Amino acid sequence: MSDQPSEGVVTTAPRETEFRRELRRAARVMVEARWPVLAVIILVATGIAAAFGPVLAPFDPNRQNLVLRLAGPMASGPDGSVFWLGSDVLGRDVLSRLLYGARVSFLVGVAAIAVGGTIGIVAGLLSGYFGGWVDDLIMRLGDIQLAFPFILLAIMFLVVLGSGIWNLILVLGVGQWVTYARIVRADTLSLREKEFVEAARALGDSTASIIFRTILPNILAPLTVIASFNVASVILSEAALSFLGLGVPPSVPTWGSMLAESRDTLVANKWWLAVFPGVAIVLTVLSFNILGDWLRDFLDPRLRERT
Amino acid sequence: MGSYILRRLLQSVVVVIGVTLVSFLALQAGGDPTYLFVSERASLEEIEATRRALGFDRPLHEQYLSFVGDLARGDFGQSLSYRQPAMEIVLEALPATIELTLFSMVIALLLAIPLGVLAAIHRGTAWDGSITTLAMFGQSVPNFWLGIMMILFFGLYLRWLPISGHVPFLTPLMAGDFGTALGNLPRTILHLILPGIAVGTYSLARNTRLIRSSLLEVLEQDYVRTARSKGLPEMRVLVHHALRNAWLPVVTIIGLEFGFLLGGVVVVETVFSYPGIGRLLFAAINQRDIPLVQAGVILLAGIFILLNLLVDLIYVRLDPRMKLAEGRG
Repeated sequence: MSDQPSEGVVTTAPRETEFRRELRRAARVMVEARWPVLAVIILVATGIAAAFGPVLAPFDPNRQNLVLRLAGPMASGPDGSVFWLGSDVLGRDVLSRLLYGARVSFLVGVAAIAVGGTIGIVAGLLSGYFGGWVDDLIMRLGDIQLAFPFILLAIMFLVVLGSGIWNLILVLGVGQWVTYARIVRADTLSLREKEFVEAARALGDSTASIIFRTILPNILAPLTVIASFNVASVILSEAALSFLGLGVPPSVPTWGSMLAESRDTLVANKWWLAVFPGVAIVLTVLSFNILGDWLRDFLDPRLRERT
Repeated sequence: MGSYILRRLLQSVVVVIGVTLVSFLALQAGGDPTYLFVSERASLEEIEATRRALGFDRPLHEQYLSFVGDLARGDFGQSLSYRQPAMEIVLEALPATIELTLFSMVIALLLAIPLGVLAAIHRGTAWDGSITTLAMFGQSVPNFWLGIMMILFFGLYLRWLPISGHVPFLTPLMAGDFGTALGNLPRTILHLILPGIAVGTYSLARNTRLIRSSLLEVLEQDYVRTARSKGLPEMRVLVHHALRNAWLPVVTIIGLEFGFLLGGVVVVETVFSYPGIGRLLFAAINQRDIPLVQAGVILLAGIFILLNLLVDLIYVRLDPRMKLAEGRG
């Protein structure tokens, strides 16, 4: 881990040609591994669903149709409209709800990582650069947080704060900072004494400039791996919290809350209500995990030498 | 080694204080906590009376101290929906949750070892490919959805296994009624299979990958090559030289594993109508029964901290390098 950032040390911003060469290598590694290509395709599709859900959805996700309750997949209404993935207990279109659900999962996943990543990176930089009591304080705080099973912490805060997408993002985001802080701290510690940081110091750069302009750009690459795995686990947590009724308000469809509702009709074998939202979660989470694996293989210098 | 244990104990004390502080602050996070304890139709007088009765009119530090004092006496207040001490209700549900957690732990560890070893020694073959692919899936499936799918397939379609409920084993055991406990055991296990798999799959997948990669690393070490060139049978090299070291990284995360499993248990219990702390929490969340939520969360967190401490102390004994480092320092 510690020798990883040394690559871009001399030139903070790689030259255009070098960047292109890296990009081409990234694409080659991806195509050779095959799975990451599929993962990217799935994520792009989910991303489009998240961005253009309202345009793509055949129905208003909350429109009830009490005549066509619990219609199976491919059922069509009297007006010729088709419920491709069936309808739920209130006659709402499952496909439309899935498309809207993609928004919540994506938004929460990405925003929570942005929140947690920012807190963690700043905390890690301060901790690693200043050391001493700052380091002690930040790292002990992290220890305390990790000593608490995260989902329990989230439950406790969300019960009091109430449901809502921003509360969810905040709680899930704060849950992630420690991982980033630890990695950034370790990398900062090893970079702090390097010549180019000494040089910046000798040139009279301010501390803030050294931390954020000289050190930060050199430690970002390995964080993308963590971020990718993290989005996956945040989406899982979001689904679990929504399932428990602690996610966004009931008027907003999410994959987790759709699964919670599906439990009531399970014994009546309305399988489509339980299968499709789960498949959506698995495909999205799996894709982020595969992407994280590929990024790690691509960035890990030890593996790089072998190829 | 003594100084390490002392430091680790002190650390646990700090963590426990941290947990109480966080639980206390969580209650205050949404503004005046009085409103969490009264109904929406409560009159101003009622609200004021509740505020006084619960002490929310006092300064924060006083409130915190009395909160900690109550916790130390095991007093979490009255459950709003049961009108009973919250801790009593939670403790009643605890044995069922422990049974489920232990059962999923067994699945996560016992299956991970053969799977991880199989993948590592057949590296690059179809064995390795299918095991790692399955493990990747296992880490991407929400545990509660896995539970729902198993209910559909094994419970409702094949009708092989029970899809809900629980047969107590620990409760009669602790009451000294060994006959009932043993008599119950087969049915206890039968009821634990589906929820246990649902909870344990994520950890099983992660442990399998961990054992595989750690064994691959160990197999490249010089001492393994030495053992092989001495002409030892491959099985002996694997078990006595490689596996012994490959399995240490797994031991380090066993403590954290409990945290993951407990988190999974909370959600999965709800799916299987399994009468443990998780289902209790689910009901308490929906009724906004704050004392009950707090009692459940703090009890589980406390168990988690205690187990982590135990695992760390055991680890010192297992890894000779730890003793060596202490001796030098």
